[in-house]
Amino acid sequence: MKKGILLHKADDDVGVTAMDLKAGEVIQAVTLEGETVTEITLVDDVPLSHKVAMRDMEQQKHVTEYGAPIGYASQSISAGAHVHTHNLKSLRWSGKNQIVEHHKE
Amino acid sequence: MTNYTDIPLTGYRRDNGRVGIRNHVLIISVDDISNAAVEGVASLIRGTYALSHPYGRLQFGEDLDLTFNTLIGSGKNPNVAAAIVIGIEPNWTNHIVEKIAETGKPVAGFSIERTGDLLTIAKAARKAKEFVHYATELPRVPVDWSDIWVSTKCGESDTTSGLASNPTVGRVFDRLEKEGNTLIFGETTEVTGAEDIIMKQCISPEVANQFKAAFDNYQDLVQSQGVNLMGSQPTEGNIRGGLTTIEEKAFGNIEKMGKCKVVGYLDQAEEPQKPGLHFMDSSSAAAEMVTLCCAAGAALHLFTTGQGNIVGNPVLPVVKLSGNPLTVETMSEHIDVDVTGLLRFEYNLDGAADRTMEMMARTINGRLTSAEALRHEEFVLTKLYRSA
Repeated sequence: MKKGILLHKADDDVGVTAMDLKAGEVIQAVTLEGETVTEITLVDDVPLSHKVAMRDMEQQKHVTEYGAPIGYASQSISAGAHVHTHNLKSLRWSGKNQIVEHHKE
Repeated sequence: MTNYTDIPLTGYRRDNGRVGIRNHVLIISVDDISNAAVEGVASLIRGTYALSHPYGRLQFGEDLDLTFNTLIGSGKNPNVAAAIVIGIEPNWTNHIVEKIAETGKPVAGFSIERTGDLLTIAKAARKAKEFVHYATELPRVPVDWSDIWVSTKCGESDTTSGLASNPTVGRVFDRLEKEGNTLIFGETTEVTGAEDIIMKQCISPEVANQFKAAFDNYQDLVQSQGVNLMGSQPTEGNIRGGLTTIEEKAFGNIEKMGKCKVVGYLDQAEEPQKPGLHFMDSSSAAAEMVTLCCAAGAALHLFTTGQGNIVGNPVLPVVKLSGNPLTVETMSEHIDVDVTGLLRFEYNLDGAADRTMEMMARTINGRLTSAEALRHEEFVLTKLYRSA
């Protein structure tokens, strides 16, 4: 089984790809301590150092990485999906002072 | 690779008990117009280094204090064996001499008014030669890890910083904290989004409040200039590299803290007074931050980079780590510790920390860092506001 996703904390909602990964690949997610936590089937192509959802997440759910929320799901996210600006928003700078918006691709 | 615990460490134990890993004789310029004399002395006497800079005239208040504290701190740094101070007039020159002399190391001051550059250079060079003889006879002695004050900063960060190089420094800091080392991190603006986590890692509400006050002060300053830093974070480059939110970027940055408790807050260039991790209020600009760490007394600096920041410092050796395979390949001459193996699953975080500490041990024992070998000697004063 191919190792390809690194987890900052074993129970994080997202892992980070250690290489370019393709939809359909079954990939092991490993902590920085070297412990294999789970394996996941990619549903999107995810480039190197981007994030992959480790589980299904409903819209509005706080998404954790480094063991803490890095934002919220702006739409529902499936396990194995690419997590980035299209489905993850900052919890800090939203609302009327939303300035992350103009970075939208 | 040798196990770092098997490498005996050596350094220079100064009269005030501090330990240096280099043995510089510094020729310090008090002000911009004394740079020529300082450089004159350094060009005459082998084994000296000219610490020149563009400020020091008509500064006032906190801005002047910071310039003084940075020059004084750099002279007091344990990597310095002895120092010559040259200024245009005697008052400010003597102030810096007296403060450096508190360490017990040899210091001498010269002022240019009523003497001129040429005679000042002649007198200062004679003293510098004396100091070089003194410094070159100082022996390296056995020292412990706990003797080495270590600072850290990240620059040109990308997702590999949060994934590999920053957590590696965090693991090294966890180990050094247990040894009783004095440690420094900072970058007041770059921790935006993770300030609550830093406050939780502070050892007391007092330290947390000091940190928060400095953090808020910086935010106010930025806003007073009509700028919203949040709007520029993460940058387009960060986003292309996979970073999505400001909190994610900040969490990656503060991985360098490891699990260490923040035991103290430091003003810019302030010297820590006890072991443990300290937050220093500091610019996030690499050369300014490293210069402030030098002035605070750090003997060794761990600098992590993603895309390849190449900063160095004349007094404080900068060990550079990267987890970006492209950077390690295309900028190999700048990287001391390659932790890309973490991304290839060749070793875990402890393995990456072992590799880093092995390179730290060799650097402590005298191996020049890449930045030192490449003459990256950025000495950059932080200027708080315009001069009178």
